[in-house]
Amino acid sequence: MKKLDRKQMAARVARDIPEGAYVNLGIGLPTLVADYLPASKNSGREIIVHSENGILGVGPKPPEAEIDEDLINAGKEPVTLLPGGAYFHHADSFGMIRGRHLDFAILGAFQVSTSGDLANWHTGGADAIPAVGGAMDLAVGAKKVLVMMEHLTKEGKSKIVERCTYPLTGARCVDRIYTDLAVIDVKADGLHVVEIVDGLDFPELQRLTGVPLKRLATAA
Amino acid sequence: MCNILPIYSNRFIWLWSLIEVDCELKGEPVGRCHNSRPMINKIVASPEAALADVPDGATVMIHGFGNAGMPAALIDALIAQGARDLTIVNNNAGNGDTGLAALIKARRVRKILCSFPRQADSWHFDAQYRAGEIELELVPQGTLAERIRAAGAGIGAFYTPTGHGTRLAEGKETRRIGGRDYVLEYPIHADYALVKADRADRWGNLTYRKSARNFGPIMAAAARISVVQVREIVELGSLDPEAIVTPSIFVQRVVRVAPAMMKAA
Repeated sequence: MKKLDRKQMAARVARDIPEGAYVNLGIGLPTLVADYLPASKNSGREIIVHSENGILGVGPKPPEAEIDEDLINAGKEPVTLLPGGAYFHHADSFGMIRGRHLDFAILGAFQVSTSGDLANWHTGGADAIPAVGGAMDLAVGAKKVLVMMEHLTKEGKSKIVERCTYPLTGARCVDRIYTDLAVIDVKADGLHVVEIVDGLDFPELQRLTGVPLKRLATAA
Repeated sequence: MCNILPIYSNRFIWLWSLIEVDCELKGEPVGRCHNSRPMINKIVASPEAALADVPDGATVMIHGFGNAGMPAALIDALIAQGARDLTIVNNNAGNGDTGLAALIKARRVRKILCSFPRQADSWHFDAQYRAGEIELELVPQGTLAERIRAAGAGIGAFYTPTGHGTRLAEGKETRRIGGRDYVLEYPIHADYALVKADRADRWGNLTYRKSARNFGPIMAAAARISVVQVREIVELGSLDPEAIVTPSIFVQRVVRVAPAMMKAA
């Protein structure tokens, strides 16, 4: 099988973001999606990236000489502002999120359950210092929550689970899961496999995932 | 210009306006200003003077998201001032060894309300948290912002969907409204807010710069005394009224801090 690498996963997610969408990219793996959004490749589609610290219209990373410490994204990395972009304060920014104005939030995850519960903020370890940021707001607020993660842990266990064992970020909030092995929709009647990577068949994906999967006619 | 009081609060201004009216009615000069009308002037000479009256046990909001908007000169002045046992409201819990991290290192912080304390360089917070020496109230970022906003806007409490069904909502009142589940959250009031803005006038009208706006407008409104460090002070009337982000009513003290000083921390 040909597992997708991180860049291929980002490109795959970017393909599903339509013209005119307002999108928030979570810290880490989802940030890579920005490199593959059509606007950055001159494909003619316009997509507006939201950063929860108070920006709409986030542009690419500036060259070293043009870094401005007052212009950073939620991951505290220097960014630029596209023409048409806007700044606003934190309460307005999270109003946009909770008020169902964002079309997509793309988030990383430790685990996603079969009912769409998301765990991505806390390992629950006794010595772990908890930190949540805007994850819980994005999980409940965006019109569609897309999760990007490796399908399996380093130990080979599925990160798609019957019930999350890590503390929840949001209950029943995930709409679609993109992994390095498959694209899976979370629906009321369970998990529907939309795509599988080359060289992996449905029975093997089912075996690796553990929890019951449904097969769409279009999935390989 | 007549600098009547080095440190202003809304109450001082209100009192002064009464004195002014009274003196005008009696045809007497006002205070030490014999030839000019008293003017609102919230400009304070230094960060130290602006924070001289912060008592032990105060709740202090500190603006900033990372370095963007962090009022470094005011935080340094607060450290030098020596107030202890503080409750701090910020998005994070300090980075590296400067700013909020230095305040924590100096053991002035009893409790912190924030959304994201854990960072690669939050070692001063991490050590005190693990030793049980600092209390943490972890708040989802949007709930933190809205609790601050609610305080400034006179809201008694609000229902938010964020955090429902998670451990951050444990023990809180919940309610189902229109088929969606909500958690009851209360405002966060503060005694002081330390804010960094770009430009101000002597009334305290503020403009910000890019993503450094972040928590500034809502913290300025939520605190009893908002202290603002700015890059530049301009003549009253020269800020475009359409571009003023924080109107002067939310600001009590303004200090100019040269950009070089701003960068030092």
